[in-house]
Amino acid sequence: MLIIKDLRVNVEDKEILKGINLTVNAGEVHAIMGPNGSGKSTLASALAGRDYFDITHGKILYQGKDLTELDPEERAREGIFLGFQYPVEIPGVSMVNFLRTAINSLREYRGEEPMPAGDFLKLMREKKNLVEIDSDLTNRSVNEGFSGGEKKKNEIFQMALLEPKLAILDETDSGLDIDALRVVANGVNKLRSPERATIVITHYQRLLEYIIPDYVHVLYKGRIVKSGDSSLAKELESHGYEWIKQEVES
Amino acid sequence: MKDTLEALSTADKYLGLFEQNRDLISNGEPQFMKEMRQAAISSFARTGFPVRKEELYKYTHLEPVFDGELAFDFAPRKISFDDNELFRCDVPMLDSHVLTVLNGFYYDPGKPPLYEFDNGVVYGSLREAIQRYPDLVSAYLGKKAHVEHESFVSLNTAFSQDGIFLYVPENQSLEKPIQIIHLLLSDKNQMVHHRNLFVIGKNARAQVIICDHTLSPHMFLTNSVTEVHTAENADLDILRLQNEHNNSCQVTNTWINQERDSRCQHGTVTLHGGMVRNNLHVRMNGEGGEVNALGLFLIDKMQHVDNFTVIEHASPNCTSNQHYKGVLDDASTGAFNGKIHVFPDAQKTMAYQTNNNILLTDTARMNSKPQLEIFADDVKCSHGATVGQLDEDALFYLQSRGISKDESRLMLMYAFADEVISRIKQPALQDRISDLVHKRLRGELSRCNNCAMHCQD
Repeated sequence: MLIIKDLRVNVEDKEILKGINLTVNAGEVHAIMGPNGSGKSTLASALAGRDYFDITHGKILYQGKDLTELDPEERAREGIFLGFQYPVEIPGVSMVNFLRTAINSLREYRGEEPMPAGDFLKLMREKKNLVEIDSDLTNRSVNEGFSGGEKKKNEIFQMALLEPKLAILDETDSGLDIDALRVVANGVNKLRSPERATIVITHYQRLLEYIIPDYVHVLYKGRIVKSGDSSLAKELESHGYEWIKQEVES
Repeated sequence: MKDTLEALSTADKYLGLFEQNRDLISNGEPQFMKEMRQAAISSFARTGFPVRKEELYKYTHLEPVFDGELAFDFAPRKISFDDNELFRCDVPMLDSHVLTVLNGFYYDPGKPPLYEFDNGVVYGSLREAIQRYPDLVSAYLGKKAHVEHESFVSLNTAFSQDGIFLYVPENQSLEKPIQIIHLLLSDKNQMVHHRNLFVIGKNARAQVIICDHTLSPHMFLTNSVTEVHTAENADLDILRLQNEHNNSCQVTNTWINQERDSRCQHGTVTLHGGMVRNNLHVRMNGEGGEVNALGLFLIDKMQHVDNFTVIEHASPNCTSNQHYKGVLDDASTGAFNGKIHVFPDAQKTMAYQTNNNILLTDTARMNSKPQLEIFADDVKCSHGATVGQLDEDALFYLQSRGISKDESRLMLMYAFADEVISRIKQPALQDRISDLVHKRLRGELSRCNNCAMHCQD
């Protein structure tokens, strides 16, 4: 589904990603780990299409199409979802209005009729139950006054609603206590399917005890320096990133 | 030097116009009106128009507009049209009593110019009220709207011949809100004056909606004054919707005097209009009063909107709130000058002011100036002003969910405007204004309200 070939990305003339190669197929869960500053969020933002990330070299092929030619909204409509590390608050835009507009944009893209209000509310209730998100939160403005945990749950809730083909979760676990972490991980696991690919970007191994990845990649200074299966995550937990850094430096 | 000379000659034009038409203007009026007009024109003769350098009119130079080739009507013109066909107000289906003012004169052919209810409520033509209730009118008219140092008020006091009079006696309320529709229709460029007087008695309640519209593409210049008196514990809501076309200029002067414990909400929603200057003066004349002044303007092309608001806390324990927001697109320009004046004995005053603006282009411009003059020491006052752009992170967040960039921008602009709209107390009115704002943001709101004539921008 996703093929990244030799990707180099600059942010304000500074090269952050120095040649990323990655292939993700439907049904797979890939974890991308790495120390701070390694370029994890840059990778997520470049995939989502944030405009101040300059792709200087390489290709991103999504379902055979060149992703860089698509605007952020087009990427979303093609089935890409980014769970933000720091979801922004949007006062005055209600959750319901926001989600309904998003769903209907997707439906329009696929040549479908907009969803009637009643059906939409029913769908929202279904997905709320699935990911165990509070009713209260959906009555408010987008992320306004939400705690860190509530914001992350809200990202998973949106993922459940929008049913993406490729989900990129950027440090979904940061700032969460153990209970919130379980709820979030639970939601992600419920959404796993043979048609869906998931990239979980995380700093800590802890999340990966709940969301067991098929592949683990370590990102260090803009490059994937090591790949393996879920046992790699456990090794990182024992030895820390220092072990990887030493390996790379030598 | 040159500025002063130019200002005088425009003023001289108006002085001459008044002298030539004094009898026509004052025709049949009681003595108190004639005296009021004389005092006003004398005051105008002294002040002339505000010159370019004058601080209060720094961003809105009106004198050249008043200097234009303009026609004046000193008597209502015979215009026949089927108002249902020619005009439908954009705030439709409100359960209100509509009063129409055409080119500054009360218009309701075949019907009484003044409505008088059993409970003592009176509303309709001010001209008629002056004849029928001279004592009542003279007790309030011109008492708080200053003619000293206020060129536009003095000009209006001299020239204005009609408008809407509203009187709600003690303990009474209106059966329905009144909706005043100001229409401008002419075959030439036209100047119009009108004057409103609202007197709300002790414990009385009222709700007034005012809509300003143009029906023909000519240049219109309106100089209006609205005087409001709220007695002890009275409750008054006023919402003004400004929707004249972009070839028009509108100067509104609203003077509100609040006695103790009275509550006023005054909202101005400006959607169209070439040049709009809103002067709002509120005097908290008795303890415990409350005023909320709301403003929202959504402008583009070359529109200019200037909101000048003064709240005088002349008594202790009063609360005031000024909340003005603007969205400026293209090369539009705006200004906000919000003044809070707390008198020395006005202890326990709570006065708040917020002005937020969004500029959508590099060519739009906004000038925001808060002014706080606080002479009491036990008060709570705050002010804040922002001029910025739409939040890029919020835009990206919406886009990342599949919402187009245009739609995302609209959602954010609407959310910005909604902060003011949500403060409109009446749900039906709030819905209508919300709808109009949505349409305006999408460029779907017509300026000439379904009229048959073709408008130029």
